[in-house]
This record gives sequence, C-alpha cells and structure tokens, in this order.
Amino acid sequence: MTALELKGVTKQFGGLTAVNKIDLSIKDNSITAIIGPNGAGKTTLFNLITGIYKPDSGSIVMNETSLINRKPNQIANLGIARTFQNIRLFKEMTALENVLIGMHSHLTSGLLGTLFQLKRVRLEEKKAAIDAYELLQTVHLSEKCNERAKNLSYGEQRRLEIARALATRPSILFLDEPAAGMNPRETKTLTDLITHIREKFNLTIILIEHDMKLVMNISEEIIVLDYGQKIASGSPEEIRSNPRVIEAYLGKGAVS
Amino acid sequence: MIRMNKGLDMLQKNRKLQFTLLLLFILLSSASVYFLERSVTAFLLLLGSLLLLHYTHLSKKIKWSIALILLVVIIPLATSGGTSQQDYMEVAVQTGIYIAMALGLNIVVGFAGLLDLGFVAFFAIGAYTYGIFASPQAATLFHSNIFPLGGAWFWPFIIIGGLIAALFGILLGIPVLRVKGDYLAIVTLGFGEIIRIVFNNLDKPINITNGAQGLSQIQQPELFGFTFSLASQFYYIVIAILLIVIIGVQRLENSKLGRSWKAIREDEIAAQAMGIPLVKTKLWAFALGASFSGMMGVVFSAKNMFVDPSSFTLIESITILVMVILGGMGSIPGVILGAAVISVLNLQILTEITNFLTQTINIPETLSPTKMQRLIFGVILVLIAVYRPKGLITAKTKQFDPKELADQTISDK
Repeated sequence: MTALELKGVTKQFGGLTAVNKIDLSIKDNSITAIIGPNGAGKTTLFNLITGIYKPDSGSIVMNETSLINRKPNQIANLGIARTFQNIRLFKEMTALENVLIGMHSHLTSGLLGTLFQLKRVRLEEKKAAIDAYELLQTVHLSEKCNERAKNLSYGEQRRLEIARALATRPSILFLDEPAAGMNPRETKTLTDLITHIREKFNLTIILIEHDMKLVMNISEEIIVLDYGQKIASGSPEEIRSNPRVIEAYLGKGAVS
Repeated sequence: MIRMNKGLDMLQKNRKLQFTLLLLFILLSSASVYFLERSVTAFLLLLGSLLLLHYTHLSKKIKWSIALILLVVIIPLATSGGTSQQDYMEVAVQTGIYIAMALGLNIVVGFAGLLDLGFVAFFAIGAYTYGIFASPQAATLFHSNIFPLGGAWFWPFIIIGGLIAALFGILLGIPVLRVKGDYLAIVTLGFGEIIRIVFNNLDKPINITNGAQGLSQIQQPELFGFTFSLASQFYYIVIAILLIVIIGVQRLENSKLGRSWKAIREDEIAAQAMGIPLVKTKLWAFALGASFSGMMGVVFSAKNMFVDPSSFTLIESITILVMVILGGMGSIPGVILGAAVISVLNLQILTEITNFLTQTINIPETLSPTKMQRLIFGVILVLIAVYRPKGLITAKTKQFDPKELADQTISDK
C-alpha cells in the first residue's frame, strides 16, 4: 500500500527550479530518508507536501485524496505532521502546552462550553493533559512538562517537536533533520525513539537527514535529490554503491 | 538585612499572618478614606489592598471572596463618609470601564499577538448602538414613536452592544487580517479613525448619528422602577460586568481557543502545521476582544447620557494599549493593574498634582501635568521597554501537577 504518491511535482522560485518533476511513492509504515547536498530541494519538497508552498505543477495524493490547494491546517487534519529544520516550538509556552496545541483538532470544546466550564469540557481538558503527559513520557521529557520550551536544551527541543507532531495523531510523520546538532549519543537515542514511535503509533516516517550513519541504520528506502531532481532511490545498500550519488556528494572524478 | 529577609520568609510561609496584615491594611485604609475629606492617597491605598491580596498565598476561594467583599461592600461604604463620594465613584466607574477594555485588547494583542491601534472603535460602536436607540435620535430616524427605548432596555443592550461590536470586529478583521505585524497596526489605526470619522459625518444624507453634535438625552438604566443615575449606582453595574469579563477571560486563557491564540502569537507557521486555522482563530480574538469593549460602550453612553465622536480618538486607543503593555501583555492580573494605574493616574493623580502646583507655585497652565498626558505615556512606555519588558506582573504559564498526571497515565493501562 502506498501512503503518499507524488507525480511530477515542480516548484520554481523566480528562475530557480527548486524542485523539478519529482515522482515519489512512499510505502505504508515504512521509514524513508531523503538525502542530498545543501540546496538540493529537500525542505522545499517537505513544504510542498505540507501545504506551506503550492507546487507549480504535479500531483500529491494521500489515500486517494489530493493535497494540492489545501491549507497547512487542513493537511495536518488529514494526518500529516511534521517537525521543522530550524526548530519552531511555541517558545513561551510550557512543554505540556506545546503538546496540547498538537491536539487542537481532536478537542471538541466550543466557546460556550469553555465560558460555562461544562463538565464535558473540564473532563476533556483533563484527559488531554494526561494524554499530553504520556506523549512527553514517550520522548523522555515528562520531568520537564512545566518548563517553557525556550528553556529546554537543543536535543530536548527536537524531541518536544516530535511529541507535538505526534499529538496531532498523524499517519505520516515528516522529520526535517531531526539529528542536526546532536552528539553521537543523543543521535543513538533518537534513532531508537524513531523506530519505537513507528511501531507504537503505526506511522509512515519520512525524514531529511545529513547524518549518514543514522540514515543507513534506520531507513528502508533512501531517495537522493540534487539540484531539485531525484537522482537515485533504493535500499541503503543500493544507494551506498550508486556512482551518481557518490558524484553528487564528493564531486566528479571521485568515483574513478 | 538578614533579619529582614528572615521576616519576609516567615511572612511568606505564614498565611494567617498574611491574612491578619491584609485585614489590618484594609481596615486602616478604608477608615482613612471614610474619615479624611477627599484624600486621594487614602483611596489609592484602599485600591492597593486588592494588589496586596493578589500577592498573598491564600487559597483562590478566599481571595475571590475577600475581593468581592472589598469591591461590593467596603469600597462603597468607605467612600460614603464625606462629600466626595461621587468623585471617588466616578473614578472607580471609569477605571472599571477601562479595565474591561484593556482585558479585551489583551486578547487581541496579548494572547493572539495582533497589534491593534484602533481598538476604541469597538467601544464607539457599543456606545452608539445604545445611544441611537435610547435617545430621541431613533424616533426621527425611523419615524416611529416606540423610540426612544426605555431604560429597561439597557440590560439587553449590554449584550446587543457586545454582539454588534463583535460583528464589526469580524467585518473589520476579514480584510485587515491579510496583513501582518507592523502593517496590521497601521491598517487598524486607519480603521479606528475611519469609524470615528464616519460617526462624525453620518448626519447626512440620512441623520443616523447626529454628526459632531452627538447624541443627547440617552435614557438611564432602569430596573424594577429604579433609575440608575449616580456614579455610585453605576458602580455596581460596572463591577458586575467586570466580574463576568474577568471570569470569562480566565476561562478562555487556558482553553483550546486560548492556547491556539498563543500558538499563533508564537509561530504562525508551526501553529498552522498543528492544524490550527489561522483566519478563524484570529477572527475569534477580534470578535471577543471587541465584544468586551462594546459592552462597556453601552454602559458609557448610559452613564454620560451623551455620546459624541470626540470621545473615541486615537489617544484613547493608545491609552488602552499602554495599559496592556504596562501591566504585562497576556497577563490578566497585570492588565487589570495596568488599566487601574493608568486610569487613576489620568483621572486623579494628574489633576491632584495640577491643583497642588497651581495653588502653591502658580505654574502657567501650559505646563500643568494634565496637559502632559502624552509625554507621561511616552516616558512610561520607554521605562517599561527598558526595565520591565514583560510588564508589571509577568504572564504566567499554567502549571500542571506531574505526579497527578503520571498516576493517571499508569491507571489508564
């Protein structure tokens, strides 16, 4: 089963073609890594799928639903969640509140229910706080639940972003450089966390990453982008020995 | 020094001591308000007891009960001693009106992070809504003798005024919210002025607002044959509305809607990626903030029995914004304090200082402190920006009990 299908997706910024006729087919419940040199169009591709940019042409389909011309919040409600390359937490809010925001679409309380503090609303809020706490436990942040997000360490902030994304109850999770700036030990914990949440929440995970050890360890499928084009795709072994990939990373002549 | 710290430490732990000291303070200040003839200092101290109450470590229920007793019983009683009761009450009523407006603006600026420089427009809309229908103006407008509506209509009009202001909040919001940040500030500033100028000129071709002359003979509120005419009577109306407003914003702050406002303030893109619809959430902020202002507009026009466009100038919007910034953006107790400080400063302290100065050293009128309102606001803003950028009382985050939550997650399984 394919979880997500892209066909001929193209995005231009002025004269620059950031993403050029990309075709992708992501398998259900798989872990896919997108790699490529800086400026290859990886994050742009994420932004196209999650609705932050509109593609100039091409189609993006999830479970037979087209994602084109939908707003980011609508796409989130269809079950796509993401983290950001340059952490975008709600800095002045606590870790737990950040996760509660992720639950936004699953809470039903309306204005009148809130103003009159109906029993239903109070119970729902309480249940949401417990669920949020449990998600914080999953990413090993439960002791920091009352801490403002800006006061967390870099690695903690990255994990909090994952917890917040999980709170939207996604079926596909996009991680944009989840290990950036982490030391080897933190990266190891993160790798375990990613495989753990895939099992626990039955997720399809797509990640952008520069840490090759993590990528080779974790992914079942690797897609290589360069200058906005897909230059290779396949299993980690295939990618490792693909001459075009080595060329893109190390430059011409490195292969021979 | 060490001894003093020890004393403070003890005071912090000992709730009974806090309670006794607070009572003593209230007793002394209210007695001095009662016995001294027109003492602004004593009145300010009495109001200050509410601030003291905020800082005590008493339980929520006790705090609310003491605050209620203070507002409903002690303050009206204490001020009834001398001849200047109505002066005090006038200040209290205006302060209450400003507090409600500042709390409304706090939703827009403090929670949702949308800088609105034309907020007084919604106050004007509330005031004119009641003003038109409860004055002879409506009779000439609709050629009908059921107008002006009687004073009993004041009560439903509090809600109608709030709803119409909310509606205008949405109508203005739809085009305005396409722009962000500084641009939003400029566009709202423009809209605030447009509303005032429209009211100023809507006496032709059809006379709706009676133009610059304003609306007069607005009916005073009436309840079971009792007419509210004095400031000390309006005081109770204002307190009642204010309590509803305060409880309302407190509940909103930590609700689904309140959280999504803050999320939008912190990071729009991330908020949207979490499933929050931007436009709808921002419009709610505009509508709810405007409705508080609209309700108080109705009270304002009923109290003065007169409205004209000159009450709704840009400086009013700025004043309300200064209240929010001084108190602490997003902090409900802070905004209440900020609004109280600024309105008391405007209404009482500046005039008192002016009176004092003119009596003692006979300063020229152009130098009188009441004329320096803008200068003083400017200085306050600069000082706040430099020394307390988060306001007098910083906004707090909601704290959860990790132990309780942890227990619950285990018992779930």
